[in-house]
Amino acid sequence: MTYVEYKMLNPFQRFAYNFKRVLVSVPRAVGNFFKAIGKGIAKFFIGIVKGFKNYGVTFAKGDWATKLSYLIFGAGDLHKGKYYKGILFFLTEVLYILYITMFGWGYISKFGTLGTVETSMQKVNGIPKPVLGDNSMLILLYSVLTIVVTVVVFAIYIANIKDAYKHQVMKANGEKPTSLRTDIKEFLDGKYHITLLSFPVLMICVFNILPLLFMILIAFTNYDKQHMPPGTLFTWVGMENFKDLFNLVEGAKKGKTFVELTGWTLLWAVLATFTNYILGMIVALMINKKGIKFKGLWRTLFVIAIAVPQFVSLLLMNQMLQVNGAINVLLTQISHMFGGTETIEIQFLNSTTLMARATVVIVNIWVGIPYTILSMSGILMNIPEDLYESARIDGASPVKTFTAITLPYMIFVTTPQLITTFVGNINNFNVIYLLTGGGPSTEQYYQAGRTDILVTWLFKLSMDTQDYGLAAAIGILVFIVCATISLIVYNNSKSMKDEEAFS
Amino acid sequence: MIKSYKFRRRIANFFIYILLAILGIIWISPFVYLVLHSFRQESMTTVPYLIPHEWTLNNYIELFNVSGSSSINFPRWFLNTLVVAIFSCMISTISVLAVSYTFSRLRFGARKKLMNVAMILGMFPGFMTMIAIYYLLKAMGLNQNLIALVICYSSGAGLGFQISKGFFDTIPRALDEAATIDGATKNQIFWRIILPMSKPIVVYTVLTSFIGPWCDFILAKIIMGDKRELYTVAIGLQSMVSAEFINSYYKQFLAGSVLVAIPITTLFLIMQRYYVEGVTAGGVKG
Repeated sequence: MTYVEYKMLNPFQRFAYNFKRVLVSVPRAVGNFFKAIGKGIAKFFIGIVKGFKNYGVTFAKGDWATKLSYLIFGAGDLHKGKYYKGILFFLTEVLYILYITMFGWGYISKFGTLGTVETSMQKVNGIPKPVLGDNSMLILLYSVLTIVVTVVVFAIYIANIKDAYKHQVMKANGEKPTSLRTDIKEFLDGKYHITLLSFPVLMICVFNILPLLFMILIAFTNYDKQHMPPGTLFTWVGMENFKDLFNLVEGAKKGKTFVELTGWTLLWAVLATFTNYILGMIVALMINKKGIKFKGLWRTLFVIAIAVPQFVSLLLMNQMLQVNGAINVLLTQISHMFGGTETIEIQFLNSTTLMARATVVIVNIWVGIPYTILSMSGILMNIPEDLYESARIDGASPVKTFTAITLPYMIFVTTPQLITTFVGNINNFNVIYLLTGGGPSTEQYYQAGRTDILVTWLFKLSMDTQDYGLAAAIGILVFIVCATISLIVYNNSKSMKDEEAFS
Repeated sequence: MIKSYKFRRRIANFFIYILLAILGIIWISPFVYLVLHSFRQESMTTVPYLIPHEWTLNNYIELFNVSGSSSINFPRWFLNTLVVAIFSCMISTISVLAVSYTFSRLRFGARKKLMNVAMILGMFPGFMTMIAIYYLLKAMGLNQNLIALVICYSSGAGLGFQISKGFFDTIPRALDEAATIDGATKNQIFWRIILPMSKPIVVYTVLTSFIGPWCDFILAKIIMGDKRELYTVAIGLQSMVSAEFINSYYKQFLAGSVLVAIPITTLFLIMQRYYVEGVTAGGVKG
């Protein structure tokens, strides 16, 4: 379709056309996504092969000290007079060997089975005493730690060989190794990124990546209440947890819960995102309309609603929505004004599914609109004034100006933000957990209520019922959904930008 | 023609004013209710009317009147949160600024890869890892400890570098180049040139990381468990409206909420100003 043809369509046809285009591009985007992953893996293996090649070539070219570095860290550096570095390399090796022999090996050797010796009761002098067996949880945790440590030490090992060879070449060229002082200076200049990144990266490795690897592995075990260390062992079960989630046989509670909660989570994310987006945009337009005074005051009114810590406003809302809470009191007083006599006692959060879900969405509008207003106000103020001026000169009506300039501009600028909000809403824990706690409760679901979304279910499974394996599997699936959506839309909005760039 | 146009606009504006006023009232009234009822004298729990009949400061006074073994200890919770917030704010700010400066200004081989890894890590649901973190801290002997909270709040800070990186990106590179020619190292450029020019974004980073611990309750709840004297205000206040305490502590919960909301709201409004300043100021610097 050419540009002119596109312009001749009516809005509905345009929408249909764009919608179709997005639909068509989804498989392509998914394809690209997997292609990119494949490419990444291929690159990784090529890198490994190259690494091995270098490894061999360096060994062939190295002198005796460089060759010794293959066994003893830092030997080459020590031989060439780069003492402090050599000592550091050597210390790394000593510490690593100590770590593995004293600590790591005991755990990593049981990694395949996650422990075989159960804790048992044995009678010592007639009194039963527990004899601690293997602790699957610790075995898994420390195995992951050992693997991470090993990867790091391997990197240091490679660096040691490279460094040894570098100094060999330098010596052959008659250069002297740099002193400690120059090296420290280098870390404040040319290698400054290492200095700056080392601390944050270390923290992220220990407290983000290590736990993440641990939880990903947990998803493939049967770690739950029946398999709870140190009393009992848990072990690898392969894809069992995922099978449970996709088991749609009649009576399989976990599968039913997962499918229905996924549906509600997506519905919730769509509703929460678009109600906030559209209503927020309307309010932002009203505040920023020409001729409206006290713009700062109106904005502050809304900003206060997000400035108050979210848990305060949500707990407050929860209290106000109770049967005898402020909302019902207000409704009663209004009805009394019009001659009513009854006390209104609506069960907002605990009666029907529909009521609870509607309440959550409405309260979320109250929580979320100020964010939209805030970002939209900034964008509205940034629309180039000359666009409006030329529209005025051409005699465009205010409505036309709005539909032809303001609206397309806003949508164009805010699309990426819309995606982040959508993914954020899939993970929107606070609103659901603090407001309804997942209720109204139901027997049909496995440990979840009617308004639970996937992440609150995950939280309940791990905190209340200790179904860690299942919880981890849900976490992985949520990640896959979020990552795919972000990547697909990201790819698409880029291509859209190229075609309909606002200029 | 012109007159009628003006007239119509005035009518439209009039309706918009009314609508904005109504919306403003809807948005602000829960907080007015919160403040009003925190000064309420009568009844222990909720009351069937909107405006309190008698006023008192007792709810606030009782909040600070802690008998020795009471499980509600608001001053202690407040202090805990303050200490945790100050330390995690220092660590987070350093991490965020270091990471964002590195990704914005320094060029090295793994830069793109590291940024992609950070993006992917950000897509995992945050509290999927909390069980593992809990056991990790337990293995380190740090569970039910304020240090554990500081670590938790500040460890992932480096991943949230996007906003300040965006700010650093707007500072002209010519400045760095000029400084390099004059013999400045990257370290000196960071401390003497970039940071002094980045006041809005530094203040923004400090305030966001300071506010964080006041609002989180998931991690704090998992780590602290039943150790009530080490609670932060968020889980403390949440526990006050649990079934066990709500009948005697409802009004104190309201008072406590006001006391937390006032400083945090003020800080947030300041932060907002600096954020806008930081994001819109691009280009004019240097």
